[in-house]
Amino acid sequence: MSTIIALIPAIPFLSFLILALFGHRLSRKVAGIIGAGSIGVVALFTFITAIGFFKSLPEVKSYSVTIWEWINTGNLKVDISFSLDALSLVFCFVITFVGFLIHIYSIGFMSKDEGFSRFFAYMNLFIGSMLVLVLADNILLMYLGWEGVGLCSYLLIGFWYKEPQNGYAARKAFIITRIGDTAMIIGIFILFLNFGTVNINELMQQASAKWVAGSSIAVLTAALLLGGALGKSAQLPLQTWLPDAMAGPSPVSALIHAATMVTAGVYLIARTHVLFSLAPVVQSAIAIIGALTLLIAGFSALAQHDLKRILAYSTISQIGYMFLALGVGAWSAAVFHFMIHAFFKALLFLGAGIVILVLNEEHDIFKMGGLRKKMPVVFITFLIGSASLSALPLITAGFYSKDQILWYAYSSQSGSILLWLGGFIGALLTTLYSFRMIFITFYGEAKTEPAFIPGKLMTVPLIILAVLSLVAGFVELPASIGNIHLFSNLVDNTLPVVVVKAGENQEILFQLLSAIIALAGIYIAYLIYFKKPSLSGPFSHSRINKFFEKGWGFDKLYDTMFVRPVVWLSVIDKDDFFDLWNIGISRLALMFNRLLSYTQNGKLRWYLMSFAIGIALILTYMLSK
Amino acid sequence: MDVFFYIAGFVAIVSTVMAISGRNAIHSLLYLILSLLAISVVLYLLNAPFIAALEVIIYAGAIMVLFIFVTMMLNIGIERETEKKWLNPRMWIIPSILASILLVNLILALKNIKTIPGDNEVILPKQVGISLFTTYLLAVEIAAILLMAGVIGAYHLGSQKKKVKHRFLEIK
Amino acid sequence: MLTVSIETQILFAGILFFLGLIGLLVRRNMIFMLMSIEIMFNSAGLVFIIAGTHWKQPDGQVMFIFILAVTAVEVSIALALILQVYHHFKTLDADAVNKLKDHNSFNHKGTLSKTQSNTK
Repeated sequence: MSTIIALIPAIPFLSFLILALFGHRLSRKVAGIIGAGSIGVVALFTFITAIGFFKSLPEVKSYSVTIWEWINTGNLKVDISFSLDALSLVFCFVITFVGFLIHIYSIGFMSKDEGFSRFFAYMNLFIGSMLVLVLADNILLMYLGWEGVGLCSYLLIGFWYKEPQNGYAARKAFIITRIGDTAMIIGIFILFLNFGTVNINELMQQASAKWVAGSSIAVLTAALLLGGALGKSAQLPLQTWLPDAMAGPSPVSALIHAATMVTAGVYLIARTHVLFSLAPVVQSAIAIIGALTLLIAGFSALAQHDLKRILAYSTISQIGYMFLALGVGAWSAAVFHFMIHAFFKALLFLGAGIVILVLNEEHDIFKMGGLRKKMPVVFITFLIGSASLSALPLITAGFYSKDQILWYAYSSQSGSILLWLGGFIGALLTTLYSFRMIFITFYGEAKTEPAFIPGKLMTVPLIILAVLSLVAGFVELPASIGNIHLFSNLVDNTLPVVVVKAGENQEILFQLLSAIIALAGIYIAYLIYFKKPSLSGPFSHSRINKFFEKGWGFDKLYDTMFVRPVVWLSVIDKDDFFDLWNIGISRLALMFNRLLSYTQNGKLRWYLMSFAIGIALILTYMLSK
Repeated sequence: MDVFFYIAGFVAIVSTVMAISGRNAIHSLLYLILSLLAISVVLYLLNAPFIAALEVIIYAGAIMVLFIFVTMMLNIGIERETEKKWLNPRMWIIPSILASILLVNLILALKNIKTIPGDNEVILPKQVGISLFTTYLLAVEIAAILLMAGVIGAYHLGSQKKKVKHRFLEIK
Repeated sequence: MLTVSIETQILFAGILFFLGLIGLLVRRNMIFMLMSIEIMFNSAGLVFIIAGTHWKQPDGQVMFIFILAVTAVEVSIALALILQVYHHFKTLDADAVNKLKDHNSFNHKGTLSKTQSNTK
């Protein structure tokens, strides 16, 4: 059991090495097999591990294996050790399984690209780093995985590096997440400084023992770790990189920017939940940030033209839901929504990838249309994915996960009606933009003809993910419908149970409201975007629409606040006036040189005079003693 | 006896001053020889007759003569104008000040020395010879080597290579 | 026998020495400078003799003999060198033989500022 756990992160790194060193010599088929096959093997291992884990519940709740010693100096002792518990198991399952499907899809998607083996090398490196992140036993190893996924995100966003725009987008992503990473590492330093260990379990134990709830040091550390999570998960105020990250290939968007990397923040907060319980201020901040982000992103998604940007803002919005759940203490609900979101968002991105590829790199949805009849498989799976995203009642998995969050947003100890209202309006917005997307892209008359029909390599993963988007919700049914709590039972082995303050009959009311709003949203979208497109006309050319489309002006704000002053300072310092000190020293030395060289003018009598003066001075000095 | 010392000293100082401030090289050299003769008198009065003789023979007789020969060879006695140009009175000020500072130092330093009064005996050349060839034998040998080095050096440095150029290449 | 105090004797030698020093500093002609050096050598030797008489030992005179030998050698070589200088520079001016001066440092702008201006 322990060896399998150790192999799970190791295999992707091994295949990364093989592909990186020898990839250019391997044929596409072999590189694809190595790249996707390694993830398949890891998925299998995860499956085996999961079976073993379930068998040993409830006695053994976590497994730990240490591979070797990493740092051992003075007080700092860090090992490469992995630990598996319910939380990491869920994340591993999603990463490996969804990752495997996306890899298979990529074999078809990137088949005509020249950087084929490079792509798979980077993707495997990413999966390896992400697995290290979720399996890490100590927070420093988690930070290693954190940085690794950030690096791979940069490499993969800028995959088509010959286009400069992709490079800018990759740099923007890296730099903004860097801001979060810096906050996180400072938080890690504070933790180490106070407790002398980096092992996460020990840290949490010591924190709950030594720190008082609400003390400023707990608030500070929690806020710093939150900063790291905000950066990676693209929440307010560090959310501006994700829409631009769509410059990368669609499988990258599916894997990294929908299913896994952006959820690393959720993982971090769930893992260190003790700290956040010790700092209720920060936890409320998480909920508020989540609610605000999902609203802002929802409005922005409504105004986008680019297919992938709609999905990007949708991702930001859905992660806002997860943060909302974390903020009110509904830990298992957040993880559940993470899993379901991974399924349908990956599905949507893969479908979008096919659409864009088939229409010759056309991203604008107003230039698409009528694809319903031309690509039926893609249409149906995309429809299922959007339905799950909009939380269509009862049949889609998204309904169960999002509804749970909305319920807990109201009913949990630290929940409030305002938070519920935010999530509720967000749900309406979600339905609106996702069905806007469907109606404009797939219905109507075709403005661009598809170039080819996608093959099985690309469509089979879509089908599998669509099935999951429908049935995966049935592991967690609320009390009023089926009262199955398989998922929360699993996760509650590691995370605390949410404390509810309202009764069950109120729950039915809220569920009904969610159902109504979803259906209403579909009807409104049908009216505005399908039946009478002229209704959307005045809105789509208004100034508010432009404001939403630009992401509520955050890019412009950051540009004015940060980028311009730095550029201005650099221009002033073009001649490097901070270097004047150094120049001044050298000029001083040269001036002295010039002065002294006047005394070395080669004239004999000058030298003799200096002799005489010297003798006079020395003798006078000696006699005066 | 003291009065001879003072007279000879006076002559030495005056002739030295004339030597260093003269315009004509030959005249200055002759004044210098005069100064050396006066010092020789002083040396005799200091109970060193052998040294007095050596001063006249070697210093005034050989070294100064060498000076005079070289000066005559270089023909610089004619250039009085340049000497006049080079030697304006303003240049004397600072060296004089320096030298007087040093002189004052010397006087102050001399105040602290102890003197041994006693009878003065003449130190004969015999004593000097014995001392030279027993105590200072090594130094004598080294001085001999030095003289030989001086001979070789002076011969080598004094020779001039003839630069042979083809007559077409001569720079006019 | 001489009853002049030893201070006076050394003072006399000192005056001669400083006269030689003045001559060395003032004169520009190399022959004169050499002459002044001779005066200084001589006065130094005189001090040795004075000391030898004072302590009634022959060592002072021995020192003077050595100084004499050294002076002889020095004068001959110095004059040979002056001959060479005269044949090369055609003048006996001590200020003319200043080829060993520091040429490049006069009116020299720093190299750093040169590279600075290149990066505009």
